Amino acid sequence: MSIEVRVPTILRPYTSGEKVVSARGTTVAAVVDDLDARYPGIRERLIDDSGLRRFVNVYLNDEDVRFLGGLTTPVADSDSITILPAVAGG
Amino acid sequence: MLVISQDLVDAMVAHARADHPDEACGVIAGPAGSDRPERFIPMVNAARSPTFYEFDTTDLLRLYRDMDDRDEVPVVIYHSHTATEAFPSRTDVSYASEPEAHYVLVSTRETGREEGPFELRSFRIVEGTVTEEEVRIEVA
Repeated sequence: MSIEVRVPTILRPYTSGEKVVSARGTTVAAVVDDLDARYPGIRERLIDDSGLRRFVNVYLNDEDVRFLGGLTTPVADSDSITILPAVAGG
Repeated sequence: MLVISQDLVDAMVAHARADHPDEACGVIAGPAGSDRPERFIPMVNAARSPTFYEFDTTDLLRLYRDMDDRDEVPVVIYHSHTATEAFPSRTDVSYASEPEAHYVLVSTRETGREEGPFELRSFRIVEGTVTEEEVRIEVA
């Protein structure tokens, strides 16, 4: 089972420049753990002690996982995940 | 250096004035690898705030999908400051996540919603370091 993950420019140094990578897992958290096993360090850029980092958006297909079940959102084969940093400032 | 058309500069300034006193924000997309801003995409400031801006999360996904489909990148990411100078705030620097984009700031602090002088400056923000760059405006 393989999930397609779209990686933003800022995280591509972890994936040797790859824009789309594959990962496995049955929840968003498990997919992130699997990504980190393949691309060490990427997890810390996405998750901190309190969960998903404030300035990182993770989408399951077309939906922000914050509107679903957050990191515990179930992921099925053929789903795709998109990671996008928030565009924000003061 | 940012090379940009007068029309696109006018569009950013008009957007900043229209949303004053809240911050306005948006993107100017261009062909990947070209460094040429071409397609003006004003965004809604989901924060609707005079001191903060944030693209709506759903709009953000749509924007990036759309740019991907067109083989574009966000050449310019712009926003306004409505009470301070056109220089990146500490928050701007901490959120900046497009190392290849030109971060353009427009300040409307002098004239608000009215016509008149404005400040527009461009910066690179890479790993927490701000570097101002020259802006060359081309008249079509």
